[in-house]
Amino acid sequence: MIVLGIESSCDETSVAVVKDGKTVLSNVVLSQIDIHKEYGGVVPEIASREHVKGVTLVFDQAMKKAGISYEDVGLVAVTEGPGLIGSLLIGVSAAKVIAMNYNIPLIGVHHIAGHIYANNLERDIEFPCLALVVSGGHTELILMKEHFDFEKLGETMDDAVGEAYDKIARVLNLPYPGGPQVDKLSALGQDLYHFPRPMMDSDDFNFSFSGLKSHVINFHHNKVQRGEEINNADFSRSFQEAVTDVLVHKTAKAAKTYQVKQIIVAGGVAANRGLRAKMLERITFVPVYFPSMQYCTDNAAMIAAAGYFKYQKTQTPSDFYLNADSRLVLK
Amino acid sequence: MGEKMKRSFIVKNLNDMELLAKSVAETVKPGFIIGLKGTLGSGKTTFTQFLAKYIGIKDNVNSPTFTILKVYKGPLPLYHMDVYRLENIGYDYELDDFIYGDGVAVIEWYPYILGMLPKEILEISIDVVNESNRIVTMEGSGIYEDALEIISNRYGN
Repeated sequence: MIVLGIESSCDETSVAVVKDGKTVLSNVVLSQIDIHKEYGGVVPEIASREHVKGVTLVFDQAMKKAGISYEDVGLVAVTEGPGLIGSLLIGVSAAKVIAMNYNIPLIGVHHIAGHIYANNLERDIEFPCLALVVSGGHTELILMKEHFDFEKLGETMDDAVGEAYDKIARVLNLPYPGGPQVDKLSALGQDLYHFPRPMMDSDDFNFSFSGLKSHVINFHHNKVQRGEEINNADFSRSFQEAVTDVLVHKTAKAAKTYQVKQIIVAGGVAANRGLRAKMLERITFVPVYFPSMQYCTDNAAMIAAAGYFKYQKTQTPSDFYLNADSRLVLK
Repeated sequence: MGEKMKRSFIVKNLNDMELLAKSVAETVKPGFIIGLKGTLGSGKTTFTQFLAKYIGIKDNVNSPTFTILKVYKGPLPLYHMDVYRLENIGYDYELDDFIYGDGVAVIEWYPYILGMLPKEILEISIDVVNESNRIVTMEGSGIYEDALEIISNRYGN
């Protein structure tokens, strides 16, 4: 079955054509990153306007690259949430137009389900499977016993990990998006400061990064006030070591507790090289998989893959009342 | 328009912050708007978490930075917003229904969307003294004056 995927939840307009939830025929991503850079973050109003500007072009390119026509499409899958409402609406509206016009079933997909299914584009997900979802808005451990069955084992009690990265980057005056910059710098530094590892030994699967963020920011502030020099690389490395220690530790613990067959890492922070290296180095009792870099950040191929499996399982398309929901819960 | 009432509170640790947030929680009514400001890491989200606890929100309240708004169900719903990213824009129309909703609106970095807010809100500013100490200043007029009176009686100092 050929699935047309559409993703517009934040600042990337993307359309993809994917066969059987696995083979990517095309995956076109139009990023607005350069536009939002000057604001230091995604601006909702601007994001939705840019989606409107780009969406037709992205559709055309995706169809052309895949070499198919709309008559070949068996399912239209679209991100229905969570995300920025104005951005989501553009994708949902476009998806409805195509589905209605060509009489194709339509299915709404949760953005995080998409990130998880990005892993299926390169190898089949095996169950039970543990997903560590890490991004600017999420930090969650999710257990999957079968396709489209999500059990949340734990989540962040405050800041998402990607958000903590962005805020630390801001303190270091690094350009937006800050996460990749901190990752890059930390490869050049040492863990000199041994920042705290929050909730490392708590007996649940939750995380907390707000206290660490405050500690690190205050630490930086005090050093600056005392006129002491700070090496950004060492500072970044120390922060990254603290964060990745906790993520890897809790993931390993959950994997053991639930005897999973594989661990998959999903979301934008899955692109973090420090996290990738530490996961592979410390977790050897079960395979750990990461999507390749192009499927870590927001893209429509992952939405098409997730939509395919959701449709296989439920056999129930969404109706044309499908609406964008900025605070949709994964279930 | 009358003068705003202004009160400052010394917060020496997390327990103090919890007690202060509890005092605020005990005065809130449907439609209350609370604006928060303070540097990164000053404790805006922490304050909101304590406030949520005492208005009866059962769910874990975490950062709304990414989606700008998170909504929590409870005896009084909580609309938790972080408008940091709206600094150069000044508004986001999706927020309107929640700022003027029937629950309690808590808006981190509220000065960035002043144009969207009514004249009367409870403004809370958190100043960092050191690692654990904060000075929390609250200002408000109208219905918020009464609330502020009660808060200072309950919290003391």
